[in-house]
Amino acid sequence: MSEQTKISIRDFNFFYAKKEVIRALNLDVRENEILSVFGPANSGTTTLLRALNRMTDLTPGVYMEGEILLDGKNIRSPDINISELRRKVSMVFEVPTPLPMSIFDNVAYGPRLSGVKNRVLLEHTVEESLQMAVLWDEVKDRLHNSAMRLSGGQQQRLCLARILALHPEVILLDRPCSGLDPVSTSKIEESLRHLKEKFTIVIVPHNVQQAGRVSDRAAFLLMGDLIEVGLTAEVFANPKDKRTSDYITGRFG
Amino acid sequence: MGIRVNPRTTQKIAKVVIWSAAILVLLLLFTIIIYILSKGIPHITWQFLTEIPSDMGKSGGILSAIVGTLAVTIVAIVVATPLGVGTAFYLTEYTRESGVTKIIRFSAESLAGIPSIVYGLFGFIFFVTYLKLGWSILSGGLTLAVMILPTIIRTSEEAIRTVPPMYREVSFSLGGTKWQTMTKVLIPSALPGIATGIILGIGRCVAETAAIILTAGSALQMPTSLFSPARTLAVHFYILASEGISLENAYATAAILIILILLINIGANLLVNRVVAKRR
Amino acid sequence: MKMKNFGERIPQSLFFIIALSALTVLALITVFIFIEGVPLIAKVGFFKFIFGMKWAPSQGFYGIFPMIVGTISVTLGAIILGVPVALCCAIFLAEFAPRWLSDIVRPAIQLLAGIPSVVYGFWGLIFIVPLIRNYLGGPGLSILAGSIILAIMILPTVISISEVSLLALSPLLKEGAFALGATHWQTIRSVLVPAAKSGILASIILGIGRAVGETMAVIMVLGNAVALPNSILSPVRTLTTNIGIEMGYASGDHQQALFATGIVLLVIIMILNSLAQYSIRRK
Repeated sequence: MSEQTKISIRDFNFFYAKKEVIRALNLDVRENEILSVFGPANSGTTTLLRALNRMTDLTPGVYMEGEILLDGKNIRSPDINISELRRKVSMVFEVPTPLPMSIFDNVAYGPRLSGVKNRVLLEHTVEESLQMAVLWDEVKDRLHNSAMRLSGGQQQRLCLARILALHPEVILLDRPCSGLDPVSTSKIEESLRHLKEKFTIVIVPHNVQQAGRVSDRAAFLLMGDLIEVGLTAEVFANPKDKRTSDYITGRFG
Repeated sequence: MGIRVNPRTTQKIAKVVIWSAAILVLLLLFTIIIYILSKGIPHITWQFLTEIPSDMGKSGGILSAIVGTLAVTIVAIVVATPLGVGTAFYLTEYTRESGVTKIIRFSAESLAGIPSIVYGLFGFIFFVTYLKLGWSILSGGLTLAVMILPTIIRTSEEAIRTVPPMYREVSFSLGGTKWQTMTKVLIPSALPGIATGIILGIGRCVAETAAIILTAGSALQMPTSLFSPARTLAVHFYILASEGISLENAYATAAILIILILLINIGANLLVNRVVAKRR
Repeated sequence: MKMKNFGERIPQSLFFIIALSALTVLALITVFIFIEGVPLIAKVGFFKFIFGMKWAPSQGFYGIFPMIVGTISVTLGAIILGVPVALCCAIFLAEFAPRWLSDIVRPAIQLLAGIPSVVYGFWGLIFIVPLIRNYLGGPGLSILAGSIILAIMILPTVISISEVSLLALSPLLKEGAFALGATHWQTIRSVLVPAAKSGILASIILGIGRAVGETMAVIMVLGNAVALPNSILSPVRTLTTNIGIEMGYASGDHQQALFATGIVLLVIIMILNSLAQYSIRRK
């Protein structure tokens, strides 16, 4: 983890259907760290994640205020190229969703969209991405089989490989392990520890324990308010706010 | 007060009535199909399929009618598919429910109900007379295109709506534009459903008579261009049967129509089953 | 980058234009048929056209009342014969049929919808018409023959839409009725059918539309006489068959009179369609 700021969220307010989902949020994401954003359901964690690469644009009826700076540039400004932004800040969803095509084509989907046609280059990218997502050994002999036939855990690692093929700078993970078995979960968490050397990672964990296991820093969101943020070890050992300690110790949520 | 009948007895009577209604429907279908096929198939020969009709259709084959059917159907499909599928994409991907979508849907539903003879009148006055296309394959095909447009819109829209919404999210999240998402993810996923609509449209084209007589004419000669008049199998059959030219050839032509419709329906069902199987 | 946004804009507007095709075509059909037909209605007079008893184009008489009566009688006959069978069949598919059997019956009904109308007409001519002539008397070519053929032809429409509206009901309705000790039939008659009323009604209205609009099947079995029928064994002519028979050689006023017949047909169908759509939407 470096001290360099990758993403800086400034005075951010988010409304959905006139309801305030995120209130006056100020939060920095540092380069090459794993930041977990955790909190009970409907606290705005997923919304915040989706705002970081403007997936929120797809939802009608949203309204935002404030700035989200990526390397100092506001991603909310109208002249930003959304396709480029989403390649730079890529997302893995809660439900593993391979597209209905082969394993190879799934991983090559993003590069192909940006115009890569060279077969050798594509093959190289696919292998490299699958290696990083710790899936290569399991699928290298059946790259051209349908991705729909992989197990849930394999599918989620495929989704991770699929965004790695974009050579992103920031990886957003929205409860990536919520439906997975413990073995798959630990495989994904293991790959995250390697990935943070190259990427900046923001994760919404599916439970508090995962936040404790994988992240360098943790931010606790409650009903749209940022309650506390700090090094994960500190937040968990000595939470400054009573609400944080109540949540971590399982008194609500 | 009426007689009180035991509910169990009415239940039994109702069951018998309902089962017999279903059996009656099946029986009707099989009677019609088997009647036509048994009278027609013996007269179908290789010559019948490959010769041009002569002597008003009394002798010779039906080759020009086969070609005519093919030609008007192809024109109709080529014109109606992009319009129908495009409309379906507009309704599902490019807009939210609004007054505009209501009007478009209302138009499509209304088109679906218009009788084919009215399409014939329209095709005659608009394509044949106003656009000066004459009685031709083009006029007939364009009229059919208008007729099958609602079918293609409806089936395509249904097919696109069954594509999981997450596919769109994933494609957008990987930097895909709307156009890329549509061509690389939505169209391939919705293809079997869209194809089903097209096949049903083909069936409608093959079966249509009234609209074609008024727009493509009933010339027996082999058509040579899109501007030639043409006779389709259904029109040929109608003329043979109603003018008593040749009952044998009429049966044979009807049998071929039925076989075509059977094949088209089987094709559509196979596609539908594939879609259903995929979703499980 | 601006170029990219521009490229995305083209499909957006292109799709909008394509989506207007259905509306455009509907407008063109209406406009062109009205332009051709209205002058003659104006010339003859609206009431004389609709209620005129005499249709003799060569003498300048254009009264379509016998054909309106013909259309109504044949359609009514088709509904009386076809709807009960169709509703029973829909109930069968939705409630009684084991899965394997409905997997056979459903495509069969779809096939019934696909058979060309000329084939139905021909089958009626060689199968139904002689039966009527031999057992009931008259020429055979009659309202009854047309009604039977149309009754078969509207089956797929009425069955499929009714079945869909029956299947769309919440299973709780049925469980509730069973829990009160109702038999299966009592449940269907007093709970399910009333609950699916609007869909069933729509299916019948669309069936009526189909019967009113059919041309080629009835042209072969109705006898096509322009006169008021005095029994179900009388031959009649309908609005559609009037166009179908005479369009081949009509010209001038005569041709316009056929377009005017088309206007009447179009108006009836649009009213029926709107009723059906209203009935489906009103849940």
